[in-house]
Amino acid sequence: MTIFADKNTKVVVQGLTGSQGRFHGLRNRAYGTQVVAGVTPGKGGTDVEGIGVFDSVSEAFAATGADATMVMVPARSAASAIIDAAAAGARLVVCITEGIPLHDQAKTVATLQAEYPGTRLIGPNCPGIISPGECNIGITAGEIALAGGPVGIVSRSGTLTYQALYELSRKGVGQTTCVGIGGDPFPGTRFVDCLAAFEKDPDTHAIMLIGEIGGADEEAAAEFVASSVTKPVVAYVAGATAPPGRRMGHAGAIVSAGKGGAGSKMRALSEAGVTVCSDPCQAALTMVSVVDSLSMHPMSLA
Amino acid sequence: MDLLEYQGKGLLADFGVPTPQGEVCSEAEGVVRCAASLGFPVVLKAQVPVGGRGKAGGVRVVSSETEARSAAQEMLGMKLKGHIVRELWVEHGCDIDSEWYVSFTLDRSARKYLGMLSDKGGMDIEEVAGSHPEAISRVHIDPLHELTEQTAADWISKAKLCDRRGRPIGEEISQKLVAVLRRLFRVFVEADAELVEVNPLVLDASGALVALDAKVSLDANAGFRHPEWADLAGAAYAGSDPREALARSKGLQYVGLEGTVGIIANGAGLAMSSLDVVSQCGGAAANFLDIGGGASSAVMASALEVIMSDSNVASIFVNIFGGITRCDEVARGILGALQRVQLSTPIVLRLDGTNAREGRELLASQPHPLVFSEPTMLEAAAKAVEFASAGSGRIA
Repeated sequence: MTIFADKNTKVVVQGLTGSQGRFHGLRNRAYGTQVVAGVTPGKGGTDVEGIGVFDSVSEAFAATGADATMVMVPARSAASAIIDAAAAGARLVVCITEGIPLHDQAKTVATLQAEYPGTRLIGPNCPGIISPGECNIGITAGEIALAGGPVGIVSRSGTLTYQALYELSRKGVGQTTCVGIGGDPFPGTRFVDCLAAFEKDPDTHAIMLIGEIGGADEEAAAEFVASSVTKPVVAYVAGATAPPGRRMGHAGAIVSAGKGGAGSKMRALSEAGVTVCSDPCQAALTMVSVVDSLSMHPMSLA
Repeated sequence: MDLLEYQGKGLLADFGVPTPQGEVCSEAEGVVRCAASLGFPVVLKAQVPVGGRGKAGGVRVVSSETEARSAAQEMLGMKLKGHIVRELWVEHGCDIDSEWYVSFTLDRSARKYLGMLSDKGGMDIEEVAGSHPEAISRVHIDPLHELTEQTAADWISKAKLCDRRGRPIGEEISQKLVAVLRRLFRVFVEADAELVEVNPLVLDASGALVALDAKVSLDANAGFRHPEWADLAGAAYAGSDPREALARSKGLQYVGLEGTVGIIANGAGLAMSSLDVVSQCGGAAANFLDIGGGASSAVMASALEVIMSDSNVASIFVNIFGGITRCDEVARGILGALQRVQLSTPIVLRLDGTNAREGRELLASQPHPLVFSEPTMLEAAAKAVEFASAGSGRIA
């Protein structure tokens, strides 16, 4: 199985007529994703290589029976695009757009929580989600992923996600789903949501977590792993040697209370029983050996 | 974007938050004139976008024109925490009764706005947070809501603020504070700030509230709806690293560091990881540079130009994994940059992902004696470190 998106997911691309929307929308379709429509206000009735374009998400949903969208619109209109999709009844919204103002992000997440609890937002500022062999919603190069599991990947970093997919696939280790949750401060979906879904998914037997410095989501993930995850987890946290951010004021430090640095995150994950690796290549190699040892003990795969 | 104190105070004043009367000056004689017209004593404050200025000698109280002149001459041009002081904020001295701490920021974990209020202002508030967390009164505000009068009043009473003699503040001051807090909250939201921090917020001897300092950090992502920020950006960065100024003028996400291996990567995660891997291989990065998603050949060329402007750089590690950035674009960017810039250091490339094969073929079709390619990031980092530490890296 996969999490959040599979071969039945029907996707509308918001911003399909833009250069990035077109490039990646068509790539997603070529991968096998059901890209059933595009939305660009004012361009309804046109098409992009046979994909019909509508003026609004609700029209596109009504005409195609779609249940998901990919947001590829500029940052200044991305927050309202997400809410449009949720209001149209989207089950899944994948927002690739980077550079959305922080207050817009905070308000968007709050609006989704309050008014559209049935909508899952992935992103913003993320590479999207790929369930290899079934569907690819986002900007990941599909050919670097390998279908069939048993690894689930969740990552805050776009390029490190590709790195992980690439290294695992090269060693013949497939993935159930790879979720790029994005590096912005207010991601719609967080580590914990993905860990919970992977833990439930019978085809995912090991989980790879790729974190970054900043925030406390890795620490929250560590707590969740300790209490609720039975599958092996391998992690890498980027930024061990990053320069300390020049910051003004003290509020940030008071809020983070010692969390946020790579050291704190790696320690918390390690104490929760996660295998923490010092670089992304090493993390992939470690995951390969974890998967090898799982297959040597077939009982654990039952 | 971190504002200088006087810019932050100007923003606060725009929203009706009381701030001391003052003026910004860039010459000693201007400081003297301004101090004389305000009336002594006055406070001279170095305008650099970092905290802890007082301890570092960036704040001086002067009581005469002679003192003002000599203090201004010493302070203008001094280096304070890596920033050259180009401007002084000259403000009227304040008769302080009590010093409080107020801030609004984004709480990522709670997914809400966070307000913090404490009567332990003016001192090391981080230490207070560690040793007496109960001395900081916190309030979470739903991003869809206002800071209401009721919420502000409850928050204040929870903070148990006192005056200098330890007497709880009365109703009159509490009401003034409600108004100030609600105005600061408006600054935070309407000015697209990531942080609004006033430390100290002062209760003066006359019972008035005054924001004696202002640390405001604006969200650069929101610049498109704030044309007025164009003026602020210039002043706030006037004293910083010239490499960073060059990078900013080219629209690049660059942080200058002290090492010898220049880094170009796409994506913040991969850039951070590149630093980590270079360090693992025994080297040190000269910078952090994320060329982001969708980087064109022009962006790549600019990135190389910025890195080569750094005389410490002895080799360059270009770490690209193609997603939204296509590797053939990156290759074209490198080839384009090689025509515009005289390459003085070796470049070690690691290209993988979208159109990686096309990218590598493009580069191979126009070989350059200083451009090397390695299959993995670890090998590429090792090679870049080897060039840098051989000392023979810099050729021209």
